[in-house]
Amino acid sequence: MKVLVAVKRVVDYNVKVRVKADETGVDLANVKMSMNPFCEIAVEEAVRLKEKGVASEIVVVTIGPKEAQEQLRTALALGADRAILVETAEEVGSLGVAKVLKAVVEKEQPGLVILGKQSIDSDNNQTGQMLGALTGMPQGTFASKVEVAGDKVNVTREIDGGLQTVALNLPAIVTTDLRLNEPRYASLPNIMKAKKKPLDVQTADALGVALTSTVKTVKVTPPPTRQAGIKVKTVAELVEKLKNEAKVI
Amino acid sequence: MAILVVADHNNSALGASTLNTVTAATAIGGDVHVLVAGTGCAAVADAAAKVAGVSKVLLADNAAYANQLPENVAPLVAELGKGYGHVLASATTTGKNILPRVAAALDVDQISEITKVESADTFQRPIYAGNAIATVQSSAAVKVITVRSTGFDAAAAEGGSAAVEAVATANDAGVSAFVGEELAKSDRPELTAAKIVISGGRGMQNGDNFELLYKVADKLGAAVGASRAAVDAGFVPNDMQVGQTGKIVAPQLYVAVGISGAIQHLAGMKDSKVIVAINKDEEAPIFQVADYGLVADLFEAVPELESLV
Repeated sequence: MKVLVAVKRVVDYNVKVRVKADETGVDLANVKMSMNPFCEIAVEEAVRLKEKGVASEIVVVTIGPKEAQEQLRTALALGADRAILVETAEEVGSLGVAKVLKAVVEKEQPGLVILGKQSIDSDNNQTGQMLGALTGMPQGTFASKVEVAGDKVNVTREIDGGLQTVALNLPAIVTTDLRLNEPRYASLPNIMKAKKKPLDVQTADALGVALTSTVKTVKVTPPPTRQAGIKVKTVAELVEKLKNEAKVI
Repeated sequence: MAILVVADHNNSALGASTLNTVTAATAIGGDVHVLVAGTGCAAVADAAAKVAGVSKVLLADNAAYANQLPENVAPLVAELGKGYGHVLASATTTGKNILPRVAAALDVDQISEITKVESADTFQRPIYAGNAIATVQSSAAVKVITVRSTGFDAAAAEGGSAAVEAVATANDAGVSAFVGEELAKSDRPELTAAKIVISGGRGMQNGDNFELLYKVADKLGAAVGASRAAVDAGFVPNDMQVGQTGKIVAPQLYVAVGISGAIQHLAGMKDSKVIVAINKDEEAPIFQVADYGLVADLFEAVPELESLV
């Protein structure tokens, strides 16, 4: 079974982002970029499926700028077999990404598509579900356990009240939660080998996808700032303040 | 144009977050209709009909909708949604699972987790783990939106008298099936709706020590949360996680015990009214957002707190 994994280049999760003074977005100049943490988990899951003999080939895909090749090479170093970059200069929304992925799915015919549940920049949590609607495939979102059995995949999902398990007909879509696995590190020999693996560059036009969006960002502003309060010396003082000053207990 | 709110429910009770979503719908303006899709869920429809501000309830009672499988529910919502200006759902795991599928079926972009309505087509939502607020404008014919509950007050659960109308359409895509679920049981208030939340982090050292927090929580009528570190270490179940990828809370009082205050954790609690941090590391970032900070060993401070409240 072929597994398609979608990854995204995002600002590193440890970076405290700053909003630009002109309110057009956050300042990403000279900021460390990495693979979205949920996408790393998606790659890791695909590699584990291959190690178990369930997956035969892992194709990793991203939609983004030329620099996103770095993230594809990372995925190749982690164990993906080949990569596809759908290069675009401007930022693409979830629906646009889902449409591009649909075109890639039609071409590659994977048995399973694995994505992260959300990217830590836009925090949308939409792409996997949208791809489900566009392809008609079932979806196992927020997965913490994935078991392929015959022509079905059982996915245990993290839901608000606990866990839920669903059985999906293959081909299916899985989006990863943090608990799914612990991604491995790429070894130096694997990083060297990854440089020789195939990386195909395409455009959305060539795939016949129009990247129009019905949502535009009017402005981006900093959140209201919270000032540090006071330090109390004892628990008794804390309780007194909460009772009489803040009046919350 | 009217607004369709997709109710969050478990077939027997209306989810509390639906009340916040109705308030967001009211802020947009227009008739508010609520869709209850499930099985044996007439009681939920009756409850939704009583919510202040709701003018009509659509009840889709069918076995195919029993477990809110998105493959079955999303086509129903998309079909009904065509007749509305807006389709809203709470940003619960159910809403997040279904609504993007609805948006794609309608060929429109979705707006996730709005925290403010500026006008019928302009909304605010946090991005980058809450470190920036984006104001976005939608030109979609049907605006598909999930609502962050902590951004809106709950609508009154009583006072409305909407008519309940049955919807006959049944969609069973037949590509997915519910196998089972394991729900955490707790007598404490629900995390996302609690007035007081006490959370523990890595500093708790193990799961047994969370008992210290449960004792204080029970005295205060509080819910207990956790940081990702505490969840990953297996101290407590995942559904207790507060943060960017867990639950978003905004209680009156949030007490962070043994939590350093990473960006991802702050994303889930920094809109709390009063924040208290108890941590032995006075350099911990949590103190930068705490209204009251206590530098102390939590194993001494928490039992003392319990005896004093």
